[in-house]
Amino acid sequence: MSDAIEVKIERDGEAVIVSPAGDVDLHRSPAFRERLKKVAEEKPKRLIVNLEGVPYMDSSGVATLVEAMQIARRQSMTLVLCGVQTRVRSILEIARLDQLFKIADNAAAAKTM
Amino acid sequence: MSQADPSPSDVTVRLLSQPRFLSTARSAVMAFAKQLGFDDACCSHIALAVDEAICNIIRHGYSNAGDRPIWIGFTALETDGVAQGLRIVIEDEAKQVDPTAIKGRNLEDIRPGGLGVHIIKEVMEGVVYEPRNGGGMRLKMSRRLPSAGGGRGISALPEEDPTQPGAPATQPSRGDRA
Repeated sequence: MSDAIEVKIERDGEAVIVSPAGDVDLHRSPAFRERLKKVAEEKPKRLIVNLEGVPYMDSSGVATLVEAMQIARRQSMTLVLCGVQTRVRSILEIARLDQLFKIADNAAAAKTM
Repeated sequence: MSQADPSPSDVTVRLLSQPRFLSTARSAVMAFAKQLGFDDACCSHIALAVDEAICNIIRHGYSNAGDRPIWIGFTALETDGVAQGLRIVIEDEAKQVDPTAIKGRNLEDIRPGGLGVHIIKEVMEGVVYEPRNGGGMRLKMSRRLPSAGGGRGISALPEEDPTQPGAPATQPSRGDRA
């Protein structure tokens, strides 16, 4: 697996879609966190994190998402997760955070949620 | 007080305390668990627990130093040749800490970080931290196959004879360092 994490960023109207690809663990979450923070600083109305390319995430990745949610709340942005795979959803459930995030099936649904 | 070394593991992996080796550790434990008959979801949970334990050692035990050793031992738990589950022992040479000071945080407190211990205890059984003879800490944890009564989470393992090789830890859980 590559050391670097690939993070695609797309702008669609008032939404910004951030799509990381690959496992998000302690090795790769710092880079993901930096990209996500930079996007959040742009203060889009809607920040969508598309996780369909993330088969695995550990608590460092979850911490990145929690931090993004806190930033979103402070800046009155809407944060939506989408494309959450089974293993990633599982860690959100174990951490009891699955009810905290808005979670859509896909990016299209996340734009209207 | 330091604890006696556990019986040797079936498989031992040694890695340096660098986050880039986490995926290697996960692959190793998933392969071992799958071989014993755990399904994909269980394998994933077990790998997550190992990942979180190693992260804790790297961040808290070794303060992100990348040149320190971590050992991960896997042992099949069997009765009459039939797989019952697995035991995992993770050891380091980090500064010893009071196991009672190693705890998961309150999940009602929503903030980034501090979830590792909670995750480990949620997905594994018989989670015990203890100091090693000669320095460092040891984490022992196990997981039964669903056919042997294991689930996600859970209850403590039933009392077993700790003198038997491969017997899972039966001490009460005392927490983690994260």
